[in-house]
Amino acid sequence: MNYGPLLFLAAFAAMSASWFGFVIGPQAQLGRQQPAAMLGSPVTYPANRSGEARQGLQIYRANGCVECHSQQVRQTGTKLIVQLVELGTNQPALAATLKRELPSLPEAELTRAMEKLPAALLTTSARPDADVLMKAIAAAGGKCSLQIVPVGPDLERGWGKRRTVAGDFLYDSPVLPGYQRMGPDLANVGARNPDLNWQLCHLFWPRSEVAGSGMPACEFLFEKLPLGAVRSPDALVFPAGTDPVPGFQVIPTPAARSLAAYLLSLRADAPLFEAPFSAPAVAATSTNAPAVAPGSTNAPAPAAGTPPANPPKTS
Amino acid sequence: MNEPRPSSPSPAATPAPTACPVAAIDRSCRLPVLFLFVSGAAWLLAGSVLSLLASIHLHAPNFLSHRAALGYGRLQPASQEALLYGFCLPAAMGIGLWLFARLGSTPLVQPGLAIFGSAFWNLGCAFGIGGILAGDATGFAAFNLPGYAGGMLLAGYLLVSISAALTFHQRKVTTLFPSLWFLVAALFWFPWIFTSAQLFLVVAPVRGMAQAVIAWWYANNLQNVYLWLTGLAAVFYLLPKTTGNALYSRNLALLVFWLVLVFSSWGGIPASAPVPAWIPTLSLVATLVSLVTVFAVLTACRRTVRRPAAPVAPASLRFVRFGVASFVVAGLMQVVAAFPCVSAITDFTWYGAARTQINVFGFFAMVAFGAIYFIVPRVAGFECLCPKRTKAHFWLAAVGLVLTVVPEAVAGLNEGLKLGDANLSFLQISADSFHLMRVSTLGILSVVLGQAFFLVNLLTYVIGTSRKWVLAEASAATTDRLKTAGVNS
Repeated sequence: MNYGPLLFLAAFAAMSASWFGFVIGPQAQLGRQQPAAMLGSPVTYPANRSGEARQGLQIYRANGCVECHSQQVRQTGTKLIVQLVELGTNQPALAATLKRELPSLPEAELTRAMEKLPAALLTTSARPDADVLMKAIAAAGGKCSLQIVPVGPDLERGWGKRRTVAGDFLYDSPVLPGYQRMGPDLANVGARNPDLNWQLCHLFWPRSEVAGSGMPACEFLFEKLPLGAVRSPDALVFPAGTDPVPGFQVIPTPAARSLAAYLLSLRADAPLFEAPFSAPAVAATSTNAPAVAPGSTNAPAPAAGTPPANPPKTS
Repeated sequence: MNEPRPSSPSPAATPAPTACPVAAIDRSCRLPVLFLFVSGAAWLLAGSVLSLLASIHLHAPNFLSHRAALGYGRLQPASQEALLYGFCLPAAMGIGLWLFARLGSTPLVQPGLAIFGSAFWNLGCAFGIGGILAGDATGFAAFNLPGYAGGMLLAGYLLVSISAALTFHQRKVTTLFPSLWFLVAALFWFPWIFTSAQLFLVVAPVRGMAQAVIAWWYANNLQNVYLWLTGLAAVFYLLPKTTGNALYSRNLALLVFWLVLVFSSWGGIPASAPVPAWIPTLSLVATLVSLVTVFAVLTACRRTVRRPAAPVAPASLRFVRFGVASFVVAGLMQVVAAFPCVSAITDFTWYGAARTQINVFGFFAMVAFGAIYFIVPRVAGFECLCPKRTKAHFWLAAVGLVLTVVPEAVAGLNEGLKLGDANLSFLQISADSFHLMRVSTLGILSVVLGQAFFLVNLLTYVIGTSRKWVLAEASAATTDRLKTAGVNS
């Protein structure tokens, strides 16, 4: 190692390897990604965000929202639920099959399941188990459906329906999946709380919406005007008793509006080939619902304003 | 001045017959190296103040909420980039220039170019950090300086590195001391990763998630390759110099060199990243090799300082020892958090911030302080280091770092474990972390005071050097006048 050129070439080779591996490689694979059809639907995902939301991403970047918020839902595994949907014509044969295939299920429960359809028969994380049962039921003339439910603490918190995948960021620049969660994950904040006024009030004075929130107030995104005779139609409507600036009306600037539009556009909840799911969101029965601990997350009541979930069934 | 004893092991101490005297080498480095160090110290102080302001936001969410430029999301990246681009890189350049000259036994070539480059670099930093506060940050950690600053930084770096490369080319020694390998690799590593990141993230941004992968790659290569290479170059030079022992093993240093180049350059992709699985898997395997790197560095350093014969520069040695200890801690924290079962807990928590701070400040900046306290008396040509102030700097920085990162690491683990249980309220978990951050704020305050001592220490040299220069000029002028008078009469 006493020759300058040799030293240079050695380091050059190491550098090139890493560069081709982690700069050119991912670019060749991910850089060409195209929108793909959603599971069970011809609609492609993702759609580009609206112009206002794309401007909002720049406000998000400029103000360093990424310092405290991630946009990446993690998933630890998948739960498979086999549901009996139809009994078919040969019920005794079906009952015998179920008794054989599910020896651990008490007979009383089996009878109840066959009386009240659809009924969940098996919850497992192993696909082969589910397949065996479904084949047996089909052979006995019954009909069943398989539900795929992603699981993990992030999902149980109501932060999403499935894990985040590369495709969720297809049209974003910069791509900011985040690295720290001082605040809750935002990958699905638009699905969690689609109320524009809530988002704007929360940006202006987070503690008016979420008691005890540690988020810095973004007053610089708003104009504060004395409450005159005419109230602006754009003025924020704070929840009763929490108006942080009594006697004033708070008008969002265009920057605040676009940031809120961006937040509302954050909903990575399409079922995809690489991240399938087919059950109503776990959030519907999530444990951080306000009933348990009011204001435990920045999430509002889970179902508020969410469009009815209509999950496509696989198989 | 504490000149290293002749028995000292590095090649610089036993120069080839044609080599130039050490004092002349040091004099040739004086202006660029002092300029880089003093500007770096000023940025470091500014960055610590920004970091302190950012930290107050964690306790008072309505603090300065009317000022967009002083929000947490702008102060925090500005303070991080001031530490990285304001201090770490200029310090690395200054140490590099001096080592290239000293270990090559040749005066610095084109010092003017290096000064010009450093000025450009500082201009880029000023625009960049101002740009972050104005809302032009790129959004990528460790790469937040806006594109217009990037061009200036790159131009500045290239000018400095031309001077460094020419100095290396004109070296008068045949055996390369290990530090030189590290410095040569680092010399072109930074422009390569920086241009790649500028090109693919700012100039012509690539599509989708590839951006995030490139941003992770860049941040890893800056903090875990470039800073390791230059920091270890300083460690392997300073430990023998300050203890008077020979470097334990040249082959071990070679092993470390290769491990850093070949494996560390592949780390940095989080295990849970939403990208094709081969990317985080490769990264995981490469990160595990850091365990060998850490133990190799630890062995080389421990064997070198085994019996400090008679410490030459105890102040420097203290900083370097702390730096090596931090290197080991940061390396182990990285290896442990690379396992998917652990990263499921530590990802997205304060743990990552703690690890970065131990690596960048605890390892690199502390080693750089040691190197700067070793180099500055030599390039200035006189010793006026106040041992008390140096000691105060060391203790304030060390205690500040510990107070900053221990609560962060504890908060990170606490958050990670509790986030795994969806029954626990997120707001409560994050409030627990904010409580711990009060200790961190005290730590940052201590770091701010330490950096003030550092700047004062360096400024005494600048004032001393300029006074000497003025006196020398004045006496030269007097001599000239007397001469002229003598001729006339």
